[in-house]
Amino acid sequence: MLVLKARGLWLCSLTVAAALLFLAASVQAWASLGGDVTSVQADQAHIQASLRTTVGESYTVHEMQNASGTVVREYVSPQGKVFGIAWQAPWPADMHQLLGSYFDQYAQAVNSQSVARVGRRPLMIQQPGLVVQMAGHPRSFAGRAYLPDQLPANVKAEAIR
Amino acid sequence: MKQLKLFFTFTTGVVCLFSLGCGGGSSKSANTTPVSTQTIVTSGANVAALTVNSGPAGVGYVNGAFASVTVCVPGTTTCQTIENVLVDTGSSGLRILSTAVSLALGQQDASDGNPVYECFPFVSGYTWGPVQTADVQIASEKASSVPVQIVGTNTAVPSGCLSFGIPSSNSVETLGANGILGVGLFAQDCGGACDLATGTSSQNPGLYYECPSTGCEEIAESTAQQVPNPVSLFTTDNNGVIIELPALSGGAPSLSGSLVFGIGTESNNALAGSTVYTPNADGNFTTTYNGTPYSSSFIDSGSNGFFFLDSSVSGAPATCADNTAFYCPSSTTTITATNEGANQASGKVSFQVANADTLFANSADFVYGDLGGIFNSPLGFDFGLPFFFGQNVFTGIQNSTTYPNGYWAY
Repeated sequence: MLVLKARGLWLCSLTVAAALLFLAASVQAWASLGGDVTSVQADQAHIQASLRTTVGESYTVHEMQNASGTVVREYVSPQGKVFGIAWQAPWPADMHQLLGSYFDQYAQAVNSQSVARVGRRPLMIQQPGLVVQMAGHPRSFAGRAYLPDQLPANVKAEAIR
Repeated sequence: MKQLKLFFTFTTGVVCLFSLGCGGGSSKSANTTPVSTQTIVTSGANVAALTVNSGPAGVGYVNGAFASVTVCVPGTTTCQTIENVLVDTGSSGLRILSTAVSLALGQQDASDGNPVYECFPFVSGYTWGPVQTADVQIASEKASSVPVQIVGTNTAVPSGCLSFGIPSSNSVETLGANGILGVGLFAQDCGGACDLATGTSSQNPGLYYECPSTGCEEIAESTAQQVPNPVSLFTTDNNGVIIELPALSGGAPSLSGSLVFGIGTESNNALAGSTVYTPNADGNFTTTYNGTPYSSSFIDSGSNGFFFLDSSVSGAPATCADNTAFYCPSSTTTITATNEGANQASGKVSFQVANADTLFANSADFVYGDLGGIFNSPLGFDFGLPFFFGQNVFTGIQNSTTYPNGYWAY
């Protein structure tokens, strides 16, 4: 969170005229990567989160935060598709839930990583249609996932943090 | 053992060396970095040998710091020494591969008598296996009846563990070591969150399980029962560790140093002039680079390079053609940033990043002082093992009075 605010990346990418809406939990749903914004009502309840929605011209951000320190941000295109997700939490996020139908592709990529040299380091999965990155340590994990070919026009991957 | 490219001067049991890039002189010119000296202790009841090399046979680990750990059946002299255990200041708890242990250790049981298991996640992979009890000895330091995780078991991995979506690290090939010696900031591996009641709306992260024959279920595990930082249970020198490794520029097949137990408890482990940086409750501090603060930064001997930001951030080196998680600048690049602790201590930090594709092209080398890679989600700095080369780095274990989240000092 501090990183995002300090960098101002997502605020910069929203138009000045954007409406800032702060919605109570359960008013708006969030969804898995590649899914429809209205498709997954249960997920927010799953992590017992409050929800803040920021609507911009290029995309909408649904940010959820719960009492255990889990923060999930979902980036939704004007067409209502989730094209990116960023999360921070003391322990790894439920990737099944976050990646939805992309989980199998991700899991396959994870298990077939060609590692030139063995060693412990941040996780980087970069495929033509799917990018998943994770870093941190026990008690502080963070990551993001996005669909590079589904980013709205003029939106860069750097916006997803 | 070969000691390549090291500026060693052996005195009686003590290695003294000068950090690289300092000109080796004592010039008082304003543009000269002050000469810093490092003393690496090599003897003492609280000193264990620490070796950075390729790890267990056939693994080919890069920048892994390994030590030997002796485990015993509690209360007996039936013991076994496990070699090639990765020393990790980024986690807490001793985890040993089941294939590396031949002892019959005591199983920890839940209150209903079912065996306790754990799924412990690292970014690189999770470890899954039973929690058992061992007496632990490293150097001459001893701890009795320590819960440890025995990694790798025939018991099926539960779905909650699989949904972390990270690879498994339950074999020597995937773990890259015979075990992990977590000697980090925290007294237990999880803390109070794992003691919360479990259930669908629980904030318990679900790391601990009980596994009756009918299948594994998440349980609440008290901090006293959790896998602890074993150093915290030593009878002496139990407040932290020092990692002491010499400087290295470029690559080498191996590097030797010491893992020292206790901070300020003996004549050989004084904090001396090192600066203390305290982390927040998550185990992070702030690194400021080009005027921007990154609050998810940390120091971690278990990461195998300097991982920081990505190429979209101005000034960071280019990424690699072959090893895309790493940096491949056309020439070795110096990165300078400022670390600041929650205690507001701050200081400049500087390190070098070489071309990883070029470094890795030399297949004889497994230790690199200038290996860098990407840490961009969120943007941050992970000061991995090369940060420990050429300076003694202290990791203090949390205590309720002075350092509730532990501390780093260097």
